[in-house]
Amino acid sequence: MKDTRSPLQTIAIYLGALLILIWSGGPFIWQFSISFQLDKALTSGSPSLIPDPFTLEHYYNAFIEKELHRYVWNSLVVSLATTFLCLFVGSLAAFALSRLNVKGRFGILMVILSVSMFPQIALVGPLYLVATNLGLLDTYTALIITYLALGLPLVTWVLFGYFETLPREIDEAARMDGVSVPGLLWHIILPMSLPSLVTTGLLAFITAWNEFLFALAFTSNIDRQTIPVGIANFTNQYYVPWGDIAAASAVVTVPLIVLVLFFQRHIIEGLTQGGIKE
Amino acid sequence: MTAAATVPGIGRPRLGKALPGTVWALLLLTPAFVSLASVSFYPIVNGLYLSLTNTSLITQENEFSGFSNYVQLWGDAQFWNAWWHTMWFTFASTVLETVIGLGMALILCEAFKGRGLVRAAMLVPWAMPTVVTSKMFGWLFDGQNGIINYILLHAGLIDQNVNWYGSPDTAMTTIIIADVWKTTPFMALLLLTGLQTVPNSLIEAARMDGAKGWITFWYIRLPLLMPTLLIAGLFRALDAFRVFDLVYVLTGGGPADSTETLSTLSYKVLFSTLQFGYGSAVSTAMFVTEGIIALAFCLYLIRQIRRAQ
Repeated sequence: MKDTRSPLQTIAIYLGALLILIWSGGPFIWQFSISFQLDKALTSGSPSLIPDPFTLEHYYNAFIEKELHRYVWNSLVVSLATTFLCLFVGSLAAFALSRLNVKGRFGILMVILSVSMFPQIALVGPLYLVATNLGLLDTYTALIITYLALGLPLVTWVLFGYFETLPREIDEAARMDGVSVPGLLWHIILPMSLPSLVTTGLLAFITAWNEFLFALAFTSNIDRQTIPVGIANFTNQYYVPWGDIAAASAVVTVPLIVLVLFFQRHIIEGLTQGGIKE
Repeated sequence: MTAAATVPGIGRPRLGKALPGTVWALLLLTPAFVSLASVSFYPIVNGLYLSLTNTSLITQENEFSGFSNYVQLWGDAQFWNAWWHTMWFTFASTVLETVIGLGMALILCEAFKGRGLVRAAMLVPWAMPTVVTSKMFGWLFDGQNGIINYILLHAGLIDQNVNWYGSPDTAMTTIIIADVWKTTPFMALLLLTGLQTVPNSLIEAARMDGAKGWITFWYIRLPLLMPTLLIAGLFRALDAFRVFDLVYVLTGGGPADSTETLSTLSYKVLFSTLQFGYGSAVSTAMFVTEGIIALAFCLYLIRQIRRAQ
C-alpha cells in the first residue's frame, strides 16, 4: 500500500494526523498551561503557552480555599464502590448470558443496552422523590446505587463480548471435574478475563467519576458532592476564577488521562467489540 | 480433558446436581435486573404517572389531573423553544461528528509513523469529565481574553472579539463546537474498527483496475461501512439528544434562553420550581421524542439492509 502513495498524499496524511493530534491534545495542554499562569498573564492580551512567571497559586487556591481534596475524596469513594459493584453484578449477568442456558439472551442484551439510552433527566425526578422518602439525599449510597445502574449496561455488554471469546471446552472440562456453576465463574472464567475486567472496571470508574446530573440533584453540600459538581460551582463573587478552575481540572483529569493512555489498547478493543460487531 | 471430550455425556449428570442451569441463570441475572428495574424502569413508569398529576413540592399537592400538564405543554413556548434547540443540537452535532469522524478514521486507516500516539491522544477528549470540557471551552471561547478570539483576530478572520457563548446568536454554535470537539475522536475510533473490517483485497483489486482513491472510497469502503456508520450515528444522536452537562455549566440555557435544551428545561422545572408533575411531563415528552428518533433510525437501517440484500 505504501508504494502506491504519492508524496502529496503522504504529506496530506501527516498533515491530517497532526491536525488530529492538535485537536485532541491542544485544548487540554492549553488548559494545563494556564493553570500555572498568574491571573494577570491570562488577561494581558498576549497569551503564551509557556507560563511566565510560573506559579502554583491556583493549585493553592483550589486546595486550600475551595477544599478540592474533599470533592476528590467523595468522588473516589463513590467511583471505586461503583466500579466494584458494577464488575460484580455485571460479571454475574454476563456469565449467565454467555455460559448458561438462557432463552432469548440476545433479546435480554438488547434490553439491557437500550436502558443505557434512556434520557437521564427522565429518571432524576422520580429517583429524587425515592431518595427523599428513604432519607438517602446527601449520601454516597444514593449515588452508588444510581451509578451502578448507569454503568451496568456497558459493563455487561463488554464482559459478555469477552466471555464469548473464551472457548467452550473449558466449561465442559470444568464440569467433568465436578466444578459447580459459581466455581466455574469464580475460579476459571474470571481469572482468565483479568484484562477485560480491568478495562470494564476503568469504564465504570470513568462513568461514575464524570457523572454530573445525579450528583447535582442528590447532593447539596461539600460533605458528599463529587468533583464535577465542585468544579461547576467554582465561581468567585465578582469574576470567574479561570486559573483556579484550570488547576482543579488538571488535578481531576490528569490521573484519568494517564490511566486511559496506559490501557488505551484494551479500551479501544473492549469498546469496539461491544459497540460494533460485524 | 481430551479423554473427557471424546466421551460426551459422562460428566453430564454431575453438572448442576443441586440446581439446574436455568435456575442458576435466573439467580445470577437477578442483581442486574433488580438494579436496572429500580433505577431505570421504575422511574420511567413513575414519571409517566407523575406527569398526569399536579405534584409540586412547594404546594405539597399530588392529585391526579389527567392530561392537563400535556395541554399546558402543548401551548408552552418555552418547551417548543427547548425542543427545537435540542433537535438542532442533535442534528448538527451528529452530522458533524460523523462526517469529521469518518475523515479522521480514513487518515488513521493509513500506515504512518506515530499512529499509536495519535490514536492514544484521541481518547483524551473522551475521558475528560464533561464539566471540565465545559469550563475549558468557557475559557477558550471567552469573549475578552479567549485564545480563540485571539487567534481569529490575529489571523484576520474577525474584526473584533466575538462574544461566543455570551451572545444569543453564537451561543448554540459554541456549544455544538464543544460537543464536536469532545465526541468526534471517539466516533473516529469506532468508525476505524468498522473500516478495518473492509477486506484489503477488495481495495487492492479496485486499484489494480485503475480506480482512484476517492472512487474506492465511494463505491467500496463507504457502502461496506454504512451499517457501522448508521449504528454509530444512532447511538451518537440518542446521546446528543440528552445533552445536559455541557449546556448547564457553560451557559445555563442562556443567554435569553438561546441554548435551552429539553434536559436543562426539565431540570429547572423539576428542581427550581419544584413542579414535579409538569417537569415529568416535559421529560416524558422528551422520552417519547427520543423513542421516535430511535424508531425512525431503526426503520431506515432495516430498509438499507434489505436493499443491500
